Order: sequence, then structure tokens, then C-alpha cells
Amino acid sequence: MEPATAQRTRRPAWLPGVAPLAVLAVAIGLFVLLDAPGLNRIGVPHERLAVERTVLKPGEIDLHVRNEGADPVRVRQVIVNDAFVPFDQPHSEIGRLGGSEIDVSYPWIEGENYDVQLVTDTGATIDHAIEAAVETPDAGLDFYGLMALIGIYVGVIPVAIGMLWLPWLRGVDPRWIRFLLAFTIGLLGFLGVEALLEGTQLAGTGAEAFGGAALVWLGAAGAFLALAGVDGWLRGRRPKGGGAALGYRAAFLVALGIGLHNLGEGLAIGSAYAVGSLALGATLVVGFALHNTTEGLAIVAPVAQEKQSRLRRLALLGLLAGAPAVLGAWIGASAFNPSLAALMFGVGAGAIAQVVVQISPAIRDRAGRLLHPLAVAGLLTGLTVMYLTGLMVSL
Amino acid sequence: MERGQGKLSRRRLLGGAAAASAALPVLHELIPHQSLHGGGAAAAAEPHMPGMGAHGSAMHAAHLGTVGTVDPRVNGFDPQEMLRDFDEGRVVDGVREWEIVAEEKEIEVAPGVKYAAWTYNQRVPGPTLRAREGERLRIHFTNGTKHAHTMHFHGIHPSSQDGVPGLGVGNVDPGKSTTYEFVAEPFGVHLYHCHTMPLAEHIAKGLYGAFIIDPKQGRSKADELVMVMNGFDTNFDRSNEVYAVNTVAFDYVNRPVRVKRGEPVRIYLVNVLEFDPLNSFHIHANFFDYYPTGTRLEPRDFTDTVVQGQGERGIIELRFPYAGKYMFHAHVSEFAELGWMGFFEVEE
Repeated sequence: MEPATAQRTRRPAWLPGVAPLAVLAVAIGLFVLLDAPGLNRIGVPHERLAVERTVLKPGEIDLHVRNEGADPVRVRQVIVNDAFVPFDQPHSEIGRLGGSEIDVSYPWIEGENYDVQLVTDTGATIDHAIEAAVETPDAGLDFYGLMALIGIYVGVIPVAIGMLWLPWLRGVDPRWIRFLLAFTIGLLGFLGVEALLEGTQLAGTGAEAFGGAALVWLGAAGAFLALAGVDGWLRGRRPKGGGAALGYRAAFLVALGIGLHNLGEGLAIGSAYAVGSLALGATLVVGFALHNTTEGLAIVAPVAQEKQSRLRRLALLGLLAGAPAVLGAWIGASAFNPSLAALMFGVGAGAIAQVVVQISPAIRDRAGRLLHPLAVAGLLTGLTVMYLTGLMVSL
Repeated sequence: MERGQGKLSRRRLLGGAAAASAALPVLHELIPHQSLHGGGAAAAAEPHMPGMGAHGSAMHAAHLGTVGTVDPRVNGFDPQEMLRDFDEGRVVDGVREWEIVAEEKEIEVAPGVKYAAWTYNQRVPGPTLRAREGERLRIHFTNGTKHAHTMHFHGIHPSSQDGVPGLGVGNVDPGKSTTYEFVAEPFGVHLYHCHTMPLAEHIAKGLYGAFIIDPKQGRSKADELVMVMNGFDTNFDRSNEVYAVNTVAFDYVNRPVRVKRGEPVRIYLVNVLEFDPLNSFHIHANFFDYYPTGTRLEPRDFTDTVVQGQGERGIIELRFPYAGKYMFHAHVSEFAELGWMGFFEVEE
């Protein structure tokens, strides 16, 4: 009896948990080693390349490609607008999920359209259309400066201006606060849906092998849960915090959600600028400014009933919401990757959903109703204002 | 990016080809413009991996056409040799006879780009069959492929010998043989091709060749060349990705056609292009006599450009008064830049 028990205790407790993994590893190894016994490949190779980024330089078109199919792809010739053209590539074969760069030598003309076909060894062609060719900006200091300026114009300044409503908010009737919070939720709802749609659209242009539209929802779920965790942690740190008032905790979450959204917005602006499809000008900046000023209002609405203004804290909240636009513009213009951008849009949408969950209780009226007439009016106003100001912005 | 379902059989062949091409050593930077300037007949013997290590914009500035070269040994036929390769068969008891076998064969139509072709006697275009007006001809045809085929000759003959499904022996099933027999007429430059349905596919996949009938009195002495204008729909979207004369894109750019200054040159020009209704031939810095279908002994035209529809053909006669390099190409610029382009190298 006794030796048996001793033997049982000597075996580490984790071993039975790991054993199935070890068996799985051996089984997979054997299966691969024996070249999938009993299974014969039928059908044709799946040669699929996604063009993740197109860089246009004088006399040169560089395609950053990723193999999103199941089989290796071997590019053997390149056709541009019905002509074979010279090109360079670092690898003669691109493996599954592998990336490569096809550098095509071609005297392209600004503003014209090009149809690029990558011809593989099997004779299959992978088509990529370039609309209205324009030189990709060099990622120099000037360029980063310009992107920072755009980010500040469309992100930081409007949010800061919107926050100037705080003193007024202090004096108004609590019913107005509830209206404004409902307005904020309507606004956030608009941004969230916009982020989901835009992310899904972007995911379609990236490598499907990375998950496509699933990336958006994965990002959304991840951000939603992560923010829920942050919120729980904040609550835990201050067990006796604000009571019914939302306070800075809610303002922080709103700012974070809007910041993540603006990161995506910056990405879109930067990448549009990089491909020359951004009509840089007063209309765009004014449109974004109006659009984003309401975001500033959304941040300060939760702190309207706080006794004291904490300027430093408010400034940081403003930066948290607005500055990611600068970062997004940098990334979008210099290292745009549609799959990553789709994930970021998902993260923005998830963060917004969490913020909506957080501040929704605060719009309840005295009777505890959520969708009282004033709240509905606020929601609809939020949606309408975002829709109308959004009309002024088209990327 | 669209892919047809029809790729099955040819894709299955590619496993071996892929391994073979991966094993090809990158011997050195053999790029078209080098051989273009250097000339060298042996130049194109060494394969070059397309797009690998061919850096430098200087090379790109002078570049014409595809990247890399096609090794004729891989295909088993050489566009250089096909130019002057006339198959006169053998005469048995006064009858001129040929043995033709249809076979499936993967060929390289542009450097690194494979195409699962159907061939007559292992080459695309098939052998240039040559006879004299009035001779009795006998063509023994064996189908070694997995699909039914025929041989349909342009010329004057009874319907039973026309090589069309439902007439005479009709379709020749896989593994089966037949013999076509008729009298060679009229003289001129003609063609033969498979006439099994779907017709466009059976022709486009490589089952065609030139068929020359000389006049009874023969033709004057000349440096005679056969040029079959063809194309390849490598992605099966019913339009051609690759255009050429005698199959390999830009082969005569990389290795110009050598001719002698002042000597008569006769070109038997045949258009077998599918999917595009018209093809053309244009020569630089020279003019030629043109004999449509070659059925008259007087030229119809003195020109430098001639247009041919599908199945149209003719004879070009010219001399090069100056030494040097002269371009020839389809004056459909798209075809020219997708492979149908070459040079004559005129030597003293």
C-alpha cells in the first residue's frame, strides 16, 4: 500500500496535463514525416498573393506582397498594362504567409491607371490595379512633420476645443447632463459602427489568410474585454470613488475609446495621403475638426458634476483622445498594412462599445428609465451631428 | 486573379516542373539586352532565374521583354531551328508520307512560365509539312493524348479527308490512329490544325502547324523562313498572356534571326492566334513583296506591314540592302510588348 502511494505522489501533478500535448506532437510529427498517409492531394495549387502595399518611385513600382494561399507562389514574369516588364525580387519562391517585394521597373506617369499582373510559373496571373498613380512620399522629417500637423489639426485641437464646454456644463441642469451623455453615447455609437465598417472594408484588401474581417471582431472583443479589465482595476483601487457620479474614471475611458478610434482615423488619413488620394485642404481639416470637436464634449460630459477642475488631468485626457491621430497618420503613411489597420479599427470599435456600457447607467432619469424622451433625443442628436459633420469628410 | 476550373490536368503536371526549375542553377546574369548586344549563338543556352539578382536600373533602361531566357533544351525544340526546319516526309511508291503523333507536353512559353500544351510531334507549332503541287500525300496520325483530336488541312480535298468531327473518320480517340490521304493543291502557304470541339481550345493549346505546297515549277532560290504567329492563354481567361512567333516570347529579340545582306529572303507567315481576331507583321527600315496565301506568283503589295486574321497566311519576299539589326514585330503594340517581337541580324 504504502510504496504505491509514494510512487503516485512522486509523479509531478502537471504530467497528465502535458501528456496529451506530447502525444499530439508525436502524432503530427509522424503524419508530416509520412507525408499524410492515405490522403492524396487533388486539384490545382492555390496561388494567391495579396498586395499589402504599393510604393511608387520615379520609374519604379514596388509591390509588397504576402502569400495568402495554401501553396508556395513563384513569380516568373510581370506584365504592366499589357507589356512584359523587368523586375527584381529577393526570393524566387514565396512560402505560405511569407512576404516579398516585387520591384518593377516601369516609367509610370502621374495620374494614370496601371494594371499589374504577376505571372507565376504555372501561368496563373495575380492582378493588382493602381489607380491614379502618384509618387509615394518619402518618409523624411518633413513628411513626419506634415503628418504630425494633420494629426494635430484633426485630432488634438478639435478635442481640446470641445473640452472648453466644461465650465458651461458645470452650471446646467442635471437633465441637460443626461441629455449630453446620451448625445455622447449616440456619437460613440456612430463612431463604433463606422470603425467596424471601415475595418471590414480594409480587411478585404489585406491578406485573407490573416483572418480578414474576423480580425476586426477579434480586435473589438479584445479591446472590449481589456477595457473591462482596466475598469475593474480602477474601481478596485478606489473602493469609495464617486458614487453615482461618473467622474474622471468614465472620462478616462471615453478618452481612451475615442483615442483608439482616432488612431484608426489617423491611419486612414495617413494611408490615403500616401497613395495620393487625400485631398489635403481646408474642407478636410474643417470637416474633421467639427466631427472631432464633439468628441471633446463627450470627454468632459462625465466630469460635469465633479467639484474641482483638474487642468493637468483634463489636458492629459485631451491628449489621450487626440494625439493617437498623429501616431496613426505616421503609421498609415509610412508602414500601412491593411490587416493591421483592420485590427486597429476593431480595437477602436471594441473600446467604444465598452465605454458605452460604462456610461449608459448615467443617463437614467430619476425613475430609472434608460430610454426616456430626453435620452432618446440626445442619442438621435449625437447620431445626426456625427452623420452631418461626417459628410464633410471623405477619404 | 480569376482562375478557371480547367486547370486541373495541367496543374497536376507542375509538381515535377517546379522541382526542376528550382534545381536550375543561377549560372550568371544572362539578361536579354546583353545577348541582344553581344549576339552570340550560344548565349541563350544557359537558363536564368527570372527576376533574381538582375539589379541595376542601367539594365532596365535598355531592357526589352521578359526577364531571363528560355533554354531550348527544356522545350526540346528551338525557335531558331524551327525557322528553317521543313519536313518533307518520305516518298514511298510516289506518295509523300508523314507520321504525326499528338502528345501532351509541358512547354516554357516565356522564361519560367510553363504551359501544358498539346503538340504534334512534340513541338509547338507542329512540323512544317512541305510538298509539291499535285503530289499524293498520306498523313498517318496517331493520338497519344487523353482527348480526341483530328488533323484538318487547309487545301482542296474530299470531305472524308477533311479532319472534322462527323465527317470521314471524324474524331480520333485517344490511342487510335488514322490516315488522311489527298492530293496537294493549290500551291501556297497553308496550315493544318486540330478541328475537335471546343475548337478554340484545341487550337490554342498548340495543335497547329504550317503546310507549304510548292508550285510545280518550284520557287526561286532564297533563304526560307517559317514564322507561325501564335499566343498562349496561360491563365485560361480566353485572352492571351504571351504572344510570339514560333512559341517562345522574345526569343528572336534575345537571339536575332541571322540573314545575309542582299540575299533574297522568303518568309512563310502563318497566323494561328486564337482569342484575338487580328495579328500583324511589320518590319523596320525595309519593304517587302506580299503574296496573300502564296497562291499567286505576282505580289499583291509592296509594303512594310501586313495584317492577318485568324487562319490567314501569306508569303513575304525581301532583301536587306544594309547590314545591321532590324526589328520586326506585330504592329499591334500590345502583342509586340507581350512577346511578338524580334530582330533580323543582317550580316555581310
